[in-house]
Amino acid sequence: MSRRPRFARSQRKAIVTGILCIVLILVVLQLWLLTATMNAFLGGDTDILLPAALASFGCLALNAGLLWYVYSLDR
Amino acid sequence: MSELPGNAERSPGDAPARAAGAEERPAAGAAPSSPGAEWLSVGPDGREWGAQPKWRRDFPIDSPRDEYVARRDFTKFMVLVSLGFVVGQFWILFQNALRRRTGAPPVRRVARADQIPVGGSLVFEYPEPGRSAVLVRLAGGRFVAFDQSCTHLQCPVLAQVDRGRFYCPCHEGIFDLETGRPVAGPPERPLTRVLIEERGGWIYATGIERRTG
Repeated sequence: MSRRPRFARSQRKAIVTGILCIVLILVVLQLWLLTATMNAFLGGDTDILLPAALASFGCLALNAGLLWYVYSLDR
Repeated sequence: MSELPGNAERSPGDAPARAAGAEERPAAGAAPSSPGAEWLSVGPDGREWGAQPKWRRDFPIDSPRDEYVARRDFTKFMVLVSLGFVVGQFWILFQNALRRRTGAPPVRRVARADQIPVGGSLVFEYPEPGRSAVLVRLAGGRFVAFDQSCTHLQCPVLAQVDRGRFYCPCHEGIFDLETGRPVAGPPERPLTRVLIEERGGWIYATGIERRTG
């Protein structure tokens, strides 16, 4: 027996669009982090490498959580 | 479009019936009676399927559903990009660990001080063979040395002592001769400085100093 989705299709589309915007912002942040980290590494500044990697990993965890939520909308 | 409802039930001979079947779809604004009915849809221009041209009725695409799935899949792709950035960050950490394992660069004799005239330059290999650096004798007799790789895209820079600059011919990058700082062009980081010492009339390279600005 199929379960009725929690949200109507239009609502789901709005949710996915909003989540996509958040994911895009986080990915742009990660891109900035990567370029800044590479610049620091090539310039010999190694203090920020680990914090930047952890911050980027945090963004990935957030993105993965949001993606999991998007797929949970269809279940 | 495997997610289009009813695709499995349709056959090529159903096309006329499908057009008539448009009447079975809920009217605009009507609440769907079942989850499946919710996915019955309209064309990309918002009109009912019955009002759509024949080619579109023959090849129906559930446009709102298509947009939803496209955005969901794009979100998935961006999460993969996000994973790629994290891999890049940890690759930098790994490279840094490798750099630390190599240790400090060796002390190496470069040339006799009187071998280079004022305003002259000498290219030598440092810190490892195959990596070139340039030693310059400035007016006043002072020596400076920098890694020869441009900090933009690693092209070798040329010492133009008479113009007081290092010049990268690849993309017109210019660095100050005394400090190695970028003056013009695309480079943003200064040239890596090679630390030198003068002992007993000889010039020694003793290390390198990477700089961000």
